[in-house]
Amino acid sequence: MAARALVNVPKTAKRGEIIEIKTLISHVMETGFRHDSVGTVIPRDIITDFTCTYNGTEIFGATLYPAIAANPFITFHTLATESGTIAFKWTGDNGFAAEASANIAVE
Amino acid sequence: MPDRGTLSRREMLAVAAGAGLTAFVRIEPAVATPASMKAAIRSVVGEAPVKQGKVKLEVPPLVENGNTVALAVEVDSPMTQTSYVKAIHVFNELNPQPNVISVRIGPRAGRARISTRFRLADTQTVVAIAEMNDGTFWEGKADVVVTLQACLETL
Repeated sequence: MAARALVNVPKTAKRGEIIEIKTLISHVMETGFRHDSVGTVIPRDIITDFTCTYNGTEIFGATLYPAIAANPFITFHTLATESGTIAFKWTGDNGFAAEASANIAVE
Repeated sequence: MPDRGTLSRREMLAVAAGAGLTAFVRIEPAVATPASMKAAIRSVVGEAPVKQGKVKLEVPPLVENGNTVALAVEVDSPMTQTSYVKAIHVFNELNPQPNVISVRIGPRAGRARISTRFRLADTQTVVAIAEMNDGTFWEGKADVVVTLQACLETL
């Protein structure tokens, strides 16, 4: 199942400007602490890592735990240094992997 | 001087006891207690002292649904090459696990502010720790009242 990822990056920015990046991805983030109706534990299924690279250089990374709500939403900031691609990558349990990217033009 | 290459019986026993202790410690209780939160914080900061201040935790004081709680952490830092925030860690007291999120940032962030949404199993205190590039740790806290609990409910 392909996860739906949404990223919000400004299309253009001035050099040196601080931009806000918002990311949202669809995922159940099953904690592994819940039980079903017959008492068996529902196995953990979460996104564990999120990284963001700006023209190949990592600018933001996060380790997620089961306490993160379903459909992880993460926002952060970065300096607009040069035109290029901002790439996002999520990895998690059961071989989960998703990617997204956005282009930014810096004047 | 003892031979470095081989383990004596005493050393062997010490190693075995240590391994047994580690296995014991790894049995986690169903609910994180303030003590386990302290342990989780210690595993991040090590022996360094944690100072109060600089970190602002934005969480609603009263939460109806613990399944999605908005969280923002802002650290007071100029974010220059010489003075910046390296990492932000968020912990809770009473969820099944004390960790919430660990974030790596750097001077390229420009502004040390992150936000996300997390779960809360009970009315409790949330703690955010910021690690600066000079090796100091700063702490911010927020109390949250939760009416509908997350994490432990059955389907």
